[in-house]
Amino acid sequence: MVSAVFHTPLDAAASPPAVARTAAPAASSTGAATPKADEPRARVPLDLRWFWMRVLPPLAGFGVLVLIWELIAIRSAGTFPAPYETWLQAVKVFSDPFYSNGPNDQGVGWNVLSSLQRVALGFGLAALVGIPAGFAIGRFEFMSRMFNPLISLLRPVSPLAWLPIGLLVFKGANPAAIWTIFICSIWPMIINTAVGVQRVPSDYMNVARVLNLSEWKILTKILFPAVLPYMLTGVRLAVGTAWLVIVAAEMLTGGVGIGFWVWDEWNNLNVKNIIIAIFVIGIVGLVLEFALIKIATAFTFEEVKS
Amino acid sequence: MNDVINKKFIDIQNVEQTFKTPKGSFQALRDINLSVAKGEFVALIGHSGCGKSTLLNLIAGLTRPTKGVLLCANKEIAGPGPERAVVFQNHSLLPWLTCYENIYLGVERVFSATESKAQLKARTDAALALVSLTPATSKRPGEISGGMKQRVGIARALAMEPKVLLMDEPFGALDALTRAKLQDELLSIVQKTESTVVMVTHDVDEAVLLSDKIVMMTNGPSATIGEVLSVNLQRPRNRVELAEDRDYVHYRKAVIDFLYTRQAHVEKAA
Repeated sequence: MVSAVFHTPLDAAASPPAVARTAAPAASSTGAATPKADEPRARVPLDLRWFWMRVLPPLAGFGVLVLIWELIAIRSAGTFPAPYETWLQAVKVFSDPFYSNGPNDQGVGWNVLSSLQRVALGFGLAALVGIPAGFAIGRFEFMSRMFNPLISLLRPVSPLAWLPIGLLVFKGANPAAIWTIFICSIWPMIINTAVGVQRVPSDYMNVARVLNLSEWKILTKILFPAVLPYMLTGVRLAVGTAWLVIVAAEMLTGGVGIGFWVWDEWNNLNVKNIIIAIFVIGIVGLVLEFALIKIATAFTFEEVKS
Repeated sequence: MNDVINKKFIDIQNVEQTFKTPKGSFQALRDINLSVAKGEFVALIGHSGCGKSTLLNLIAGLTRPTKGVLLCANKEIAGPGPERAVVFQNHSLLPWLTCYENIYLGVERVFSATESKAQLKARTDAALALVSLTPATSKRPGEISGGMKQRVGIARALAMEPKVLLMDEPFGALDALTRAKLQDELLSIVQKTESTVVMVTHDVDEAVLLSDKIVMMTNGPSATIGEVLSVNLQRPRNRVELAEDRDYVHYRKAVIDFLYTRQAHVEKAA
């Protein structure tokens, strides 16, 4: 199961500098016998190490990407746009992100915003249903035995398989896309919340029993704070999946949205814009993930895990 | 009649506790007969795995006995309740609430029906003052030491004005010096509040110093009460003076003799 531990790839990248910082005093202590004038010089290698570990590797990574891209562009003889052309096109696209020439030709800003709106709606509804459902399933064994087989059966289904059902029931592309987001983001929230409730330390529940707390007090004072980190992990996974799925769903439903934009540019054979869209999708996903991790760490009590 | 209730404030009759495990049923306790008078301080002592915590949970009502009856103030113990407050071994404070809020949670539950908000606050403050933790009022459990946490746990239990205070190795996780300090504090608090206390411990000195009666349990499985020792030492008790007291040394010897001579085969039991 998914645990409520929040680690980002960024954390991993952040640790080497910490090592570098602790290593620095050791390095300068060897020079401690020498006069103070040497100290500024001792600090210079520290800055270099920071540069080596923190700035250079990501730059090198992007460098490799651009290099491979450039090679592919050269070999494709014009059908695949080179990085520099794409960059110029990106500057043009982002110089006016909010133009609107009818429903099929809108700026990238509008496309991203309408995708985010769909994700927010579908995800919000899923949270509204999934989190209480998770609490109920975690708290009452009957509910857990009742719903676990259903969840196990439906969770592996690709959310796009639900799209036709959405189109049939809601008779519209937009609600169907929201419905798809709803389905794909509800599972992680139900499961993580339920696991969180089941993992509330039995000591806390014994306290509740000895104090004879009402079910409402148990929920607000014990269950909710104890489950919050698990719940936020569920939220994070749900938003991540929702952002993955919305692009695919919009390709099928059309309308305004980043997924539709990708598909539209493919029909126009505008590969540069597709590449720009890929980067935009990646950056928005990264920002969403990062924001949610920040929220999650702010609400995690150290002692919850001990 | 009242006198009878006071003498047998907690009355345990023929209690047996069997747990169902995947390997079959496991008898933890058998033939437990014990009565605790009002205002009495009783220590349950025995090797680990002898079922002393099981017995305490039964009195707390957290578990129900397989056989037999437990009475508190002549009423059957049917479940946990604030009139039998528990101090848990690992303090069990809620980490997202401040010390004040942790105590208030219990106070509110017991007294909010009959008292005003100001009275509830006064009770909570008084409980914090009783364990001399007024300065830590708005601190979270993560910000205070282990000894202080345990004191908040005791304050939470006492603030509910329980009929019985149940303590499950309350000082077991503390270092020796903090433990001694809290034992002294507990002695004076119990003196002040005249509480009825049942305490689980594995510390011989703690048992002799604090209690009026030491209940020594045989090794599990199927543990039972091996011997009950009355400790007739004058109160208030002082640990320094008692260290060379002949009676104290005698009681201590009796407990050690029981634990290490007659119930020594702890490895087999565990």
